[in-house]
Amino acid sequence: MAAKTLYDKLWDAHVVRSEADGTALLYIDRHLVHEVTSPQAFEGLREAGRTPWKRLANLAVPDHNVPTTDRAAGIADPISREQVDALDRNVKHFDVPYIPLADLRQGIVHVVGPEQGATLPGMTVVCGDSHTATHGAFGALAFGIGTSEVEHALATQCLLQKKSKAMLIRVNGVVGPGVTAKDIVLAIIGRIGTAGGNGYILEFAGEAIMALSMEGRMTVCNMAIEAGARAGLIAVDDTTLNYVKGRPLAPRAEHWEQAVAWWRTLHSDAGAQFDRVVEFDAAEIQPQVTWGTSPEMVVPVDGRVPDPGQEPDAVKRGGMEKALAYMGLKAGTPIADIAIDKVFIGSCTNARIEDLRAAAAVVRGKSKAANVRLALVVPGSGLVKQQAEQEGLDAIFKAAGFEWREPGCSMCLGMNEDRLAPGERCASTSNRNFEGRQGAGSRTHLVSPAMAAAAGIAGRFVDIRSL
Amino acid sequence: MEAFTVLTSPALPLDRANVDTDAIIPKQYLKSIYKSGFGQYLFDDWRYLDAGDLSVPVASRRPNSEFVLNNPLHQGAKVLLARENFGCGSSREHAVWALSDHGIRCVIAPSFADIFFNNCFKNGVLPVALPAATVEALFQAVQADPRLEVTVDLAAQQVRWSKADAAFAVDPFRKDCLLRGLDEIGLTLEHADAIKVYEAQRAKTAPWLFT
Repeated sequence: MAAKTLYDKLWDAHVVRSEADGTALLYIDRHLVHEVTSPQAFEGLREAGRTPWKRLANLAVPDHNVPTTDRAAGIADPISREQVDALDRNVKHFDVPYIPLADLRQGIVHVVGPEQGATLPGMTVVCGDSHTATHGAFGALAFGIGTSEVEHALATQCLLQKKSKAMLIRVNGVVGPGVTAKDIVLAIIGRIGTAGGNGYILEFAGEAIMALSMEGRMTVCNMAIEAGARAGLIAVDDTTLNYVKGRPLAPRAEHWEQAVAWWRTLHSDAGAQFDRVVEFDAAEIQPQVTWGTSPEMVVPVDGRVPDPGQEPDAVKRGGMEKALAYMGLKAGTPIADIAIDKVFIGSCTNARIEDLRAAAAVVRGKSKAANVRLALVVPGSGLVKQQAEQEGLDAIFKAAGFEWREPGCSMCLGMNEDRLAPGERCASTSNRNFEGRQGAGSRTHLVSPAMAAAAGIAGRFVDIRSL
Repeated sequence: MEAFTVLTSPALPLDRANVDTDAIIPKQYLKSIYKSGFGQYLFDDWRYLDAGDLSVPVASRRPNSEFVLNNPLHQGAKVLLARENFGCGSSREHAVWALSDHGIRCVIAPSFADIFFNNCFKNGVLPVALPAATVEALFQAVQADPRLEVTVDLAAQQVRWSKADAAFAVDPFRKDCLLRGLDEIGLTLEHADAIKVYEAQRAKTAPWLFT
């Protein structure tokens, strides 16, 4: 039998039928739902008189619009409130499993899914959110979809898909101290570009990837979409199984043994053919800081803002010039000279317990710089928040002048009140530095949790390795 | 879904690479629970000089006369011309709804982000990938004549303008759905029996998913 990639195995296990041109009807095991991309899909179901095909395959949770301050009074913004109310009504009408705002387990859908065991190895996982790529860390084929496909998945438990190409990204060796999963993935995007993964799924492999915890693997796969790939994948190993075992929705007893027997096969076979292979030397990867308005605009922390004049490609040069103007930066400025106004530690990329521990370790016993107006720590879920509080991390952040908030997407995209003012510069652990992403006129620099915390203390970017 | 057959229209030249869906339709408009009305917020941050949200009437806002969408020469364009990696970032289908609501039925660029590309086909919008040099030629042709008519013929898989033309690729299945304006959910439900057979088999190999 021909050697298969992990992607081949996951794909083959989910094909219901195929059209003549290779378009497949792909079975969807898990559909995660949030309030922003679902209302029109539920409305479509209602208009057509349809009901969910497999009710229990779905799990809904509000995350984008939710306030991160005191929730006792509910959501103040009437338009945000209406969207969360619409989700409340829709899950009730269609009897979809739901974790409401007031539930301890509520949080960012991509943190909650794995935490609850709703994400399992070997699954197909979809959600109306591009960061669904996160779940690929479990050896699951997971990708973001639009609202029409949310409706399609609800109504049929399937999606029409064409198979992508497969790219292997192998990170060899061991990363140096202070270099995290976030730095690895930013370095990858910096090399292959934000369109480098278009038309591909990315399998991340190599010693440095397999050495990561599940939290770190989720950070890497989360940003596959920032490299243009709909899905990231990592093979199943003991780290995966240890994380999954005992989760509320994980298989139990004899089903666990049966599941593990299959899950153990979820890796690319020796000799499997990839459409493209890219290799990295982990030892060369340094802490990364983005300088522009696309995640590919990234340099090591000891680097400088690049000079568009050195870029031969006219379209790229124009993009760099626009980015520098938007970011209010001059070519040649050392990254370490860039002062910040705010810090955001959170998002589906970096709001898990390990991320908060890394940030707290930097902050412990120190104080937020005077020029930093706000340093926000937003746990990824109520359970992450609870765990962090049990470990005393909240006290460390608060003592340093950082704010400790309720879980949600928060300032990653500012659909709630957590936004940057025009021109404000933020060290952010989120995933997108697009124009206006964190608020109209906002200036975002993407970094790891430890780097964001260090910037909050120093008031500018610092090399975490020098502390 | 509205069928797409042949479209002839002037083109709107948006000379940028990596146009992300946050730029196409910013977050504050994603709070709407409806599918229509997004056209007035298309490219909101570039199009208006002042900030807006769902509660601000657009008539009260100041348009940015520098932005190409506000150039009277390009009014009524149904074809959007852009550079590499159009539609990257967030999966928000609101981006396609905004384009379509504004009247854009076809986007021509050297490459597209996958989710956006997919979302287009669900909404009667045709994304056409052409080689960068061909897209550059189109930009130049539109610059020379802003009212230049561009014809996009899906059945023939061809873009035509002046005396030039270019062929484009499209999946046969998607092409057929778009030409006929088919409802994909209805199509899939025609295979309900196949889905049930699959589920019965899978319940044996992965019973933990079917308890």
